[in-house]
Amino acid sequence: MIFLTNLINGLSLGSVYAIIALGYTMVYGISKMLNFAHGDVIMVGAYISFCGTSYLNLPAWVSVILAMIVCTALGVLIEGLAYRPLRGTGSLAVLITAIGVSYFLQNAALLIWGSAPKVFTSVFEKFTSNISLFGGELTITWEALFTLVAAVLVMLGMTFFTGHTKVGKAMRAVSEDNGAAQLMGINVNTTISMTFAIGSALAAIAGVLLCSSYPALMPTTGAMPGIKAFTAAVFGGIGSIPGAMLGGILIGVIEIFGRAYISSELSDAIVFGVLIIVLLVKPTGLLGEKITEKV
Amino acid sequence: MGTVLTVRDINVYYGAIHAIKGISFDVNKGEIVTLIGANGAGKSTTLHTISGLLRSKTGDIEFLESSIARTPAHKIVAKGISHVPEGRRIFQRMTVEENLQMGAFVSKPERIAHNLEYVYEQFPRLKERTKQIAGTLSGGEQQMLAMGRALMCDPRLLMLDEPSMGLAPILVDQIFEIIQNLHKAGTTILLVEQNAQMALSVADRAYVIETGRITLSGTGEELAKSDEVRKAYLGG
Repeated sequence: MIFLTNLINGLSLGSVYAIIALGYTMVYGISKMLNFAHGDVIMVGAYISFCGTSYLNLPAWVSVILAMIVCTALGVLIEGLAYRPLRGTGSLAVLITAIGVSYFLQNAALLIWGSAPKVFTSVFEKFTSNISLFGGELTITWEALFTLVAAVLVMLGMTFFTGHTKVGKAMRAVSEDNGAAQLMGINVNTTISMTFAIGSALAAIAGVLLCSSYPALMPTTGAMPGIKAFTAAVFGGIGSIPGAMLGGILIGVIEIFGRAYISSELSDAIVFGVLIIVLLVKPTGLLGEKITEKV
Repeated sequence: MGTVLTVRDINVYYGAIHAIKGISFDVNKGEIVTLIGANGAGKSTTLHTISGLLRSKTGDIEFLESSIARTPAHKIVAKGISHVPEGRRIFQRMTVEENLQMGAFVSKPERIAHNLEYVYEQFPRLKERTKQIAGTLSGGEQQMLAMGRALMCDPRLLMLDEPSMGLAPILVDQIFEIIQNLHKAGTTILLVEQNAQMALSVADRAYVIETGRITLSGTGEELAKSDEVRKAYLGG
């Protein structure tokens, strides 16, 4: 039963990684850049939700929506002000800028909210007792359950969006060949903004879910999950949406199992170790693919 | 016969490289006009400049009597120029149908079903493969898809860049047959080709481009008979 509990916790943590990894992978797919500030957008989302419930006494769900709106605007703003002017100048300039934006966000949060950790109130606090199954042998927290459900909904939503809507398909088209997409009449700048908007809204959700399970909220809260989710995106095959989902779930499960059965100090090392092995065996990631030109 | 496209004295640079040195030409309604010339002469660059992916430093490009020299690429498509780029550049990970839907990105919703039917009529092969991932199509089918995709937006001018590239001779014949069918249906076509013989055989008028300049022009027939063209591009 401990095994099942660990599995569920792993899936739940992995779901959060998967939601964050979606943002990394979509942005990478469409603009071929690694948005290292993505993890910090998660942190901003969590702070906004925290302020909504703690200072403004908003209901939990309203504060989540507020966080999503603020993060969406933030994502579009970051893209427009920091990355768009550098488009076409080479990936190194954009990468450095992304790291700069990451530090900027962390330090802005430090100025606004201070360095002392805030205790994040779970958005599921109404559900007080845990779910107890098999006569108390298996306990599942409501946070874990809701996180799983949220992740499934996000994944279904994203699959539908990219597969069946005009804008979603345009996003895939720009990801694959941005010049050809322009020749279809697709506005690449708008499409990229839209991708940042969606990725950032998802980051807000991830931030709230993450802090509901792990409530210490600090300006650096987003950094480590951001890196792990980036790892997950690479693990699954960066640029691939199903890959980000699979990679996220696997990284979460590996992390929790590593912590439970091997060593809690080494769990991060295990996660990154697995990444290195996968990349040695399959450099494109689990679901990453290389398209060969056909003549 | 109205003029659809007028290109006046365009100069295009890739960094320090002066790729197009003052090219001017025009395309009239219903014509097939071809630009022929060797690899690297500037043919594709010219098309890219017309469709807005590259910018000219001088001169002007007029399409249906309004200047498009400063119009962003995605808006030029909406004005009616459809460009089938060199190497086809279809969306390999999307299905045939999705590729065609992308071609209709700027189309009015009520036109899409009609245009889809028209494309399937021109390219019956695509109709059998609507749900297939485009990257798994053969080279000829990919070329057909690229052309079909470009026809989805009711183009007033269709620009084809090397449609015969990399195709077996029998497929080249097939593609040129389709080009002629489109021509008969009234589509205005600007064709760029290295296969000068094929291009001149279908063209109403032709321009020869050499190292960024137009060196010869005339009807397709005239140029096919011209000594210079025969020597340089038709193998004697």
